[in-house]
Amino acid sequence: MNAPVNKKAIAGATRRDVVIGASLVGGALVVGACSPGDLLSIGAKEDFGAFGPFIKIAPDGVVTVVSKHIEFGQGNHAGLAAIVAEELDADWSKVRVEQAPAIAKVYANTGMGVQGTGGSSAISNSWDQLRKAGASARAMFVEAAANKWSVPAGEIAVKDGVLTHASGKSAGFGELVADAAKATPPATPTLKDPKTFTLIGTDRVRRKDAQAKSDGTAKFTQDVQLPNMLIAMVAHAPKFGAKVASFDAAEAKKVPGVVEVYQIPSGVAVVAETTWAAKQGREALKVTWNEDEAEKRSSDAILARYKELASGKAQPADKEKWQAFESKGDIATVKGEAFEAAYDFPFLAHATMEPMNCVAQAGGGKAKLTFGSQIPTIDQLNTAKIVGMLPGAVEIETLFAGGSFGRRANFQSDYVAECVEIAKKVGKDRPVKLVWTREDDMAAGYFRPIAHHTVRVTLDKDGYPASWRQRVVTQTLMKGSPMGQPKLDETAVEGTLGSPYLKATPIVDAQLIQPDSGVPVLWWRSVGATHTAYVMEHTIDQLAKKAGKDPVEYRRALYTKAGANRHLAVLNLAAEKAGWTTPAPAGWTRGVAVHESFGSVVAQIAEVKLDGGVPKVGRVVTAIDCGTAISPDQIASQMEGGTCYGLSAAMFGQITLKDGVVEQGNFDSYRVLRNSEAPTVETYIVASGNAPSGVGEPGTPVIGPAVANALLTLTGQPTLSQPFVKA
Amino acid sequence: MAMTLDVNGKPLAVKAAPDTPLLWVLRDELQLTGTKYGCGVAQCGACTVMVDGQAVRSCVTPIEAVAASKITTIEGLGGQHPLQQAWVKHDVPQCGYCQSGQIMSAAALLGANAKPTDADIDAAMDGNICRCGTYQRVRAAIKDAAAMPAPAAAPAAAPAKA
Repeated sequence: MNAPVNKKAIAGATRRDVVIGASLVGGALVVGACSPGDLLSIGAKEDFGAFGPFIKIAPDGVVTVVSKHIEFGQGNHAGLAAIVAEELDADWSKVRVEQAPAIAKVYANTGMGVQGTGGSSAISNSWDQLRKAGASARAMFVEAAANKWSVPAGEIAVKDGVLTHASGKSAGFGELVADAAKATPPATPTLKDPKTFTLIGTDRVRRKDAQAKSDGTAKFTQDVQLPNMLIAMVAHAPKFGAKVASFDAAEAKKVPGVVEVYQIPSGVAVVAETTWAAKQGREALKVTWNEDEAEKRSSDAILARYKELASGKAQPADKEKWQAFESKGDIATVKGEAFEAAYDFPFLAHATMEPMNCVAQAGGGKAKLTFGSQIPTIDQLNTAKIVGMLPGAVEIETLFAGGSFGRRANFQSDYVAECVEIAKKVGKDRPVKLVWTREDDMAAGYFRPIAHHTVRVTLDKDGYPASWRQRVVTQTLMKGSPMGQPKLDETAVEGTLGSPYLKATPIVDAQLIQPDSGVPVLWWRSVGATHTAYVMEHTIDQLAKKAGKDPVEYRRALYTKAGANRHLAVLNLAAEKAGWTTPAPAGWTRGVAVHESFGSVVAQIAEVKLDGGVPKVGRVVTAIDCGTAISPDQIASQMEGGTCYGLSAAMFGQITLKDGVVEQGNFDSYRVLRNSEAPTVETYIVASGNAPSGVGEPGTPVIGPAVANALLTLTGQPTLSQPFVKA
Repeated sequence: MAMTLDVNGKPLAVKAAPDTPLLWVLRDELQLTGTKYGCGVAQCGACTVMVDGQAVRSCVTPIEAVAASKITTIEGLGGQHPLQQAWVKHDVPQCGYCQSGQIMSAAALLGANAKPTDADIDAAMDGNICRCGTYQRVRAAIKDAAAMPAPAAAPAAAPAKA
């Protein structure tokens, strides 16, 4: 999912988020005077304790923080729990986290209006909400102790889950919880002065799930075992948009363990008693496909048309239209020599470690999903449409998910709907676990779309951009939003949109066009920045080279001109820590890149060398401004992981289509970064008193251009297409 | 035809056909779900278990091939193995899905080589993909575990299979 591109937007719901929330209501239910969350929660069971929907406190003093956000690696459960624990003054060692049920009314992402995790917003949208929840519960304990001890509330101190008074009286949360539960929550709880934080910002804020994820007990969808459960695998069409023409299930049904074969909208499902039987059954299935409406183009043909559109050789089709953004001044007045470059980016698969899967039960007027739901409200809505019930009454138990990177959030709930269709056929509330193989997952689409950019820049007498013309061609991610296409699809241009370089340039002509295709596309960790950051940052280094200036100094001048103080701060911190002005270690060459996404700004300086013609990345110094840092260790972890994810794509990532068929099936053909290829990332955090901003995605888009910029210094040549290493 | 497998020191009867991959027998029949499916073709390492002390991809190992072997899964490490302690200390896991396989590959490495070099770690761990990118913490945790005293109940590194 995507998120705000600037500070102003992060303060409230982004327009795109509002569209998502509003479109769910508009598409499914009568719009009334209440919020989308209220409407979508009709039929939900609400049963919260005295401390509200986010906090439970047990008689043994254990504090359970209820997370409305799924944990699929981001470390948000640690951060969310720490926000509560800080304001509550809880004993961190006695804080647990559990996953919230699906109830949009109380668990909506405050930036989206529906319950969902995305846009690196888990912490930022919860910040005020959970501080208040923690402070409110703390006040209730203080009131209970004050009454019990007959002392003024103002004289009671709370630390590590223990309340004390100068008289010597003392009691833990466990002893007082029954009385505290009867206290009245304050209307406006008093929040701490951040200067007095004792937990937030310290290295004590660590993951709560590390043990379970190190001993095999952490529960993923793949691990769900329910009585009487069936396993389903689905034969999917080899081309997007093809439909089942006919099928022969005779051989499949002979496989021991196969129970039944059903045609469903997305293909033919084999249900069996075991995973292996389902797989063998599917292999024995014979399906013929009607490809009349299928996408039959190759990815090369799609990219070739994008290039013709950008260069003006091809005219836009009826539904295609160039849209200007960030444009100012009169480009027609620009004369003289210009720098020109064109950049290509391929389709990318998310390739999560756990392929998509879901457990569904349907029948008897009920529906229950047990899986790693990223946007429970949308999954409820799509399930409700299939089984014919109120979305709020669709029960979802959210488990850990083995990665998402955006894949588990789409308007169609593709694999979820597929599982529900099968569960509906099976009926009788019998649980069905849909299992996708790696090959199913790789070929299912929802790729980061192909993108093509052209850039034409003229420089002023000092070597800085005087005019900047840019064309962006990429498929929209917003297709399927029931409210229709937004006026400008920010997901396609964010990062060029809002760029300090454009702010510092007097004449800008930037335009976007979004041809459609039959290939489903989706947000992919850092979304538009996956290509815009590369184009802006690699272009800037080429301009600096043309101007004969140091790339760090060149950026400093532009950031100063644009008033981009946060960019300047992270750049300066990274340059200092990397020793930019000193020679790189022998054999290594440095490259720099800086990018803002999801409210945070990241600078990276990568040390790169060529090893047999293949880039090898060693030390990567990272500086981030993400507002208040709740868990420095998990911020570092996300910088390490985001860097690997971005580097993997830049180096090796590529999905290709041949006559409409995805050519990659497994990790032997979709190469990803491995341990010996991973850099060593050092993370430095800019001190900030601002509210927290994103961390999960901003570390991803910076490494690609940092490496390309090092290669530019090393070889003198730009790297104008990804991946760097062709298959 | 029933077969008996030695899993985590216990003889366990299984009903699956002899050519069934060990992965699905562990997960579906023996309910040992710590071992994960990731690719099915020995490319990602998420299904790694130890067979007689060696790291083996259970997704491509039919049970008939391990009928006479000692199989150790993540559950067999007990939860406080030095590697598991190091994994928690370094907060290695992110999504966590690949980590059972990472730890089992590391356990086989340390079983055969108590003080691995960087090159040894590269060779042993390059078969385990982590899409979250926890690689540098995996390396740090292995080095940390190698520096800890040997565990009392660690699975012995048996000689390589004939």
